[in-house]
Amino acid sequence: MSLRLYIPKDAAARAVGADELAAALQMASEDCGSECQIIRTGSRGLLWLETLLEVETIKGRFGYGPVTTEDIPSLIAAGLFNGAKHPLDHRTAVGLVAEHPLFKAQTRQSFARCGLIDPLDGDGFVAQGGLRGIKAAVKMDGEQIVKQVTDSGLRGRGGAGFPTGIKWQTVRNAESSQKYIVCNADEGDSGTFADRILIEGDPLTLIEGMVIAGLAVGASKGYIYIRSEYPDGYATLLSAVLVAHRLKLLGANVMGSGKGFELEIRLGAGAYICGEETSLLESLEGRRGIIRYKPPLPAIKGLFGQPTVINNVLSFAAVPGILADGAESYSRLGVGRSKGTLAVQLGGNIKRGGLFELPFGVTLRTILNDFGGGSASGRPIRAVQVGGPLGAYFPESLFDLPLDYEEFAKHQGMVGHGGIVVFDDSVDLARQARFAMEFCAIESCGKCTPCRIGSTRGVEVLDRIIAGTDRDKNLVLLNDLCTTMQDGSLCALGGLTPLPVRSALKHFAEDFA
Amino acid sequence: MASYRSPDFGTPALAESNSTIMVSVEIDGQKVTVPAGTSVMRAAMTLGTKVPKLCATDSVEAFGSCRLCLVEIEGRRGYPASCTTPVENGMKVKTSSPKLGELRRGVMELYISDHPLDCLTCGANGDCELQDMAGAVGLREVRYGYEGANHFDSVKDTSNPYFTFDPAKCIVCSRCVRACEEVQGTFALTIDGRGFASVVSPGQNQDFIDSECVSCGACVQACPTATLIEKSVLELGQAEHKVTTTCAYCGVGCSFDAEMQGSTVVRMTPSKEGKANHGHSCVKGRFAWGYATHPDRITKPMVRQRITDPWREVSWEEAIKTVATKFKNIQAEHGTDAIGGITSSRCTNEESYLVQKMIRAGFGNNNVDTCARVCHSPTGYGLRATLGTSAGTQDFDSVDHTDLVLLIGANPTDAHPVFASRMKKRLRAGAKLIVIDPRKIDLVDSAHVKAEHHLALRPGTNVAMINALAHTILTEGLWDEKSVHERCDAADFAYWSDFIRDERNSAEAAATVTGVPAESIRAAARLFAAAPNGSIYYGLGVTEHSQGTTMVMGMANLAMLTGNFGRKGVGINPLRGQNNVQGACDMGSFPHEFSGYRHVSDAATRFDFESLWGVPLSGEPGLRIPNMFDAALAGTFKGMYVQGEDIAQSDPNTQHVVAALKSLDCLVVQDIFMNETAAYAHVFLPGASFLEKDGTFTNAERRISRVRRAMPPLAGYADWEVTMMLSNALGYQMNYSHPSEIMDEIARMTPTFSGVSYARLDELGSVQWPCNDAAPMGTPTMHIDHFVRGKGRFMITDYVPTDEKTTAKFPLLLTTGRILSQYNVGAQTRRTDNVVWHDEDRLEIHAFDAESRGINDGDTVALQSRAGEVALRAKISERMQPGVVYTTFHFAETGANVVTTEYSDWATNCPEYKVTAVQVRPTNQKSSFQLDYELETSIGRKVAAE
Repeated sequence: MSLRLYIPKDAAARAVGADELAAALQMASEDCGSECQIIRTGSRGLLWLETLLEVETIKGRFGYGPVTTEDIPSLIAAGLFNGAKHPLDHRTAVGLVAEHPLFKAQTRQSFARCGLIDPLDGDGFVAQGGLRGIKAAVKMDGEQIVKQVTDSGLRGRGGAGFPTGIKWQTVRNAESSQKYIVCNADEGDSGTFADRILIEGDPLTLIEGMVIAGLAVGASKGYIYIRSEYPDGYATLLSAVLVAHRLKLLGANVMGSGKGFELEIRLGAGAYICGEETSLLESLEGRRGIIRYKPPLPAIKGLFGQPTVINNVLSFAAVPGILADGAESYSRLGVGRSKGTLAVQLGGNIKRGGLFELPFGVTLRTILNDFGGGSASGRPIRAVQVGGPLGAYFPESLFDLPLDYEEFAKHQGMVGHGGIVVFDDSVDLARQARFAMEFCAIESCGKCTPCRIGSTRGVEVLDRIIAGTDRDKNLVLLNDLCTTMQDGSLCALGGLTPLPVRSALKHFAEDFA
Repeated sequence: MASYRSPDFGTPALAESNSTIMVSVEIDGQKVTVPAGTSVMRAAMTLGTKVPKLCATDSVEAFGSCRLCLVEIEGRRGYPASCTTPVENGMKVKTSSPKLGELRRGVMELYISDHPLDCLTCGANGDCELQDMAGAVGLREVRYGYEGANHFDSVKDTSNPYFTFDPAKCIVCSRCVRACEEVQGTFALTIDGRGFASVVSPGQNQDFIDSECVSCGACVQACPTATLIEKSVLELGQAEHKVTTTCAYCGVGCSFDAEMQGSTVVRMTPSKEGKANHGHSCVKGRFAWGYATHPDRITKPMVRQRITDPWREVSWEEAIKTVATKFKNIQAEHGTDAIGGITSSRCTNEESYLVQKMIRAGFGNNNVDTCARVCHSPTGYGLRATLGTSAGTQDFDSVDHTDLVLLIGANPTDAHPVFASRMKKRLRAGAKLIVIDPRKIDLVDSAHVKAEHHLALRPGTNVAMINALAHTILTEGLWDEKSVHERCDAADFAYWSDFIRDERNSAEAAATVTGVPAESIRAAARLFAAAPNGSIYYGLGVTEHSQGTTMVMGMANLAMLTGNFGRKGVGINPLRGQNNVQGACDMGSFPHEFSGYRHVSDAATRFDFESLWGVPLSGEPGLRIPNMFDAALAGTFKGMYVQGEDIAQSDPNTQHVVAALKSLDCLVVQDIFMNETAAYAHVFLPGASFLEKDGTFTNAERRISRVRRAMPPLAGYADWEVTMMLSNALGYQMNYSHPSEIMDEIARMTPTFSGVSYARLDELGSVQWPCNDAAPMGTPTMHIDHFVRGKGRFMITDYVPTDEKTTAKFPLLLTTGRILSQYNVGAQTRRTDNVVWHDEDRLEIHAFDAESRGINDGDTVALQSRAGEVALRAKISERMQPGVVYTTFHFAETGANVVTTEYSDWATNCPEYKVTAVQVRPTNQKSSFQLDYELETSIGRKVAAE
């Protein structure tokens, strides 16, 4: 048997030299006369280990990371190409990846295959449990599929946490000859990358989830709207559509069901706001990406005016597992009304950044300390922002909060898309509050007044506060502005921008003094 | 907002078809019942509750951006926008509360933080919704200061002649952008940039004048601030009252409010209540009204002995006496029939009625004709023969219900722009379009509108085309057998069926004649036949042919064959050219018909008129306009009274017309300007513009609308008063103290008008004839259960090629038409800033024809026909097909009608303007006609010094 090496093709790995490593290893193996097959996979999400080189053995896949081209001579010297026993005696050795404590401690559901397989290897996908969900789905009618999703307790992973089954039921009940399934892959929140990792690592799972949605609601056409900042993901999806056709996952007769489903991949044009579902639909229709008012909900009047399921990548990706293993297998994970798993994306000032798929209920402290290993700088963690740029800043005193939509909401925060950005004690929360307004000012679509003008004024007011100009008056004004934006804005961008601002004011008042 | 302005309900009324279920809601404790789907804002407004708003206005769909109209709804989270929230049964709404007040003030504070504080000197002062809202929400301070980011230094765009665009005052409500899209359908405006940098952008950051903007004024109308504002308002200030009247340009007949300061027009704004235009307008009606007070207006009567003499200003008494004396002398010397007159399609119904009455009763003959002779006379003839009525069958609103528009020989986006916008809206909503036109008109392919088929036929082959469509539908079994059997005359149908099935009417035969592939013709026919509601809209490209009447009949045949009559969304719809051409025809302006299209030979009708008018009337039809010219040249016709028509420019073969006019002993011209015809006149009677008199116009949909006096006549008398003076001087007494009395007489004498009165018009706004005891509210759709003539009559429509043929010497076909910014002979529009868009007639020519003649874009070329030659500049255009050239006829100095011929419709003598064989060659000089013209008109218009 020839030597099989696995190197991620994920953008995070490529960013730290995965392509160069793969090429150099290929050449080195040829020099050594070793028969070596390098398989490019998705990422395991253990980003601090990238580039994570995995070597297949009878015991499993041994990992080495982070590996760069500079490590090649020492790896060869340790016997990589001449049959030495793993783990090799090498400083990058991490043992069997599946047994890695921070991998093993996860509950890999949606990401079960991510990092294991070549994302475009249809056979590998099936061998690792792909298509089990759709095969279960084609045996059910739409009503039964929707029931499974409803019973699983799955909630929209894009951030709003709306029950997916209810959304699907609404679309299913809507009368129309044409309905659509739209996947929101416009992952624009700072500190989030789960959608990208899944798309680059296991796109067929996403497609499988969308096709199941199509069967459930009676839609025959789907679109994935992916941001232009994800060129690798876009290319992967384009190829994955072809693979899905070969697998009969797409086409006129999905898995022999007699029902058809076609999928188109559309590239965004660089606007954060197009991650908001109605803007996304406008953009998909070829218009300027601005917010549509709701109601009517997209489920009633969505793409091209037709009933439309629009869900996040991770919502769809959770579906095949739910259908394959039953709603109960999913709903028994999690706490309260937050069922299943969340792809926690840990970034910022953290020692071990990456993606960890964890059941709801785990505390922030566990994530930060056990998974993240504390701050990268070694200084105390002072604040975290959960849920993207519109999420609240939480102080250390709230680190025992469990991951739970309702618990976070109780503290004027949000779980959002699962991104956690970590700050140590050098952070100035007044500047972070300003950043929130600035982010809104840059990304506002410009439609509604509170967001269009308010965000710019918010920056100015915070500048005055930071400069100490009429601080008290300006703090009152800032609070009034936050009210106007929160209660008056047309969409969540303007409506949620006050969240980080007010959380900074509440928990870190000293930074505004 | 000015007190005379109509209330703004914030969001549009629902379409009738969507408003069947009623729901009851409680707003601030008051119950109201409205159609389901109505917005909370509109429901509140029906109670008189004005929810604060800026981005909402009832001419465009709700948008939800300003966030001023937030309300509280029991049981709902947050503060929904009342403009975007539909009412639901039992809903309880609060439109004001301390919290809502706080939110609205917060929003206004943001708005004003980026708005110049120059209210007192601002053009919109007193008419600014932003100002009103600041007051309504109680904004007392702007705590953000004015040092922050702003748009105060934005550059003002003054490029459009009629309005300015000041981005510094823009609140980015997108009302202009939405109006351009939804109301006008031009898509010239967009929002550029995002967030705080969002700005309204014409085209791609162009000036308005360089963008695709067509200056319809919808954006200006929609703007709540001074960002888009009329230059006239900037100059004059706000109006203090309004006079609702009817536009004097095309046959759409838009209702306008003349906004006045005393007797000065500040601006013309389209009336929302107008049933023809529903609050929309075009560049002509909205802005090009300055001609009414142009210094060129002639305000004193003038006479002269010979047409080479200079004009002499005289009193009204002298002028009238001169005419009476001359006309009486002519009749004494040359007989009763030696004089005649022309009624004006630009004047009111009452005035046309009076002129024909004077001619029939005062002149004692039937030598009356009208300019419909040269435009839609075939419509009257053809529709009367087949259906029984000389008019279109629908109202404009009908287009909202059509599934397929078959547009033939009409270019609505230029010639009937307000209706074109309605049509485009329906097409954007899914109706299909087939265009039959030699030229690639805008509707063939424009923003969000694309014709399924463009059958670009050779000029002059309409009849072959319409026959082929009918042939295909009949032979392929796609016709509506049930409807034909129920509604049409069986014998006529059988006869016609044999005719149309003949191979010579097949698509394949038509293909060789029209140049359009047979498969395209068949495909179009199938599409038309398949449409549940198929409608035909047409213009002068149908009528102004030697077979104009045949073609009108052919279209009626096609519509009968497919069962497209008697309901909304179908029918035959002539797009009539002039504001009152329908009315002039209705009023008895033709030499053979009394009002209501009753033949002069009909003794009973004649007896009625004789009884009322107290004189014997001739039962012999009089002279048509071309007959008058021929008779003048023959020496038997000597005196002519021409009210408001410039025959020397508008009628074909100008040199022939001029020779005829020169041979008259007494030509009396009544007009607001010294027009081309007046150069050959002996008496000039100054006319009154539409702003200076009372009366009615009847538009293309048979809609009678009031014209109301906004200012006194500049020359002292309205046209009807002048006709009355003239008649009295001739010895036939008329005594009307107001045009309403004339209308009362019309109603009494005309069965289709018997229910019309000024009181009824004031009550209904407007009414479509027939309006009588059977239809007291008027008749939007005709022929509902059966055709007016009883059974619909299929007419044989053999295709006969015109005698005007291309040869080696004249290898090209010329067709003529209008352009958006100019109107017909241009007497009005040339005296406005509309010349910015079109200041000369150009010859549009295909690149192939230009290149083979060595012609570049902009070169001066000689355009020569068998009738004459003129020089004008060439415009190379992709709209043309090879072998066909096109020009407009707006400028007298071009003399497009020098080139057109005297061939005319076999039935009505409507000239064949649309087909003239011509040659085009480069030149560097004016034609001999043009040089003579300059000399002659400079003499003919000279007024003697005091």
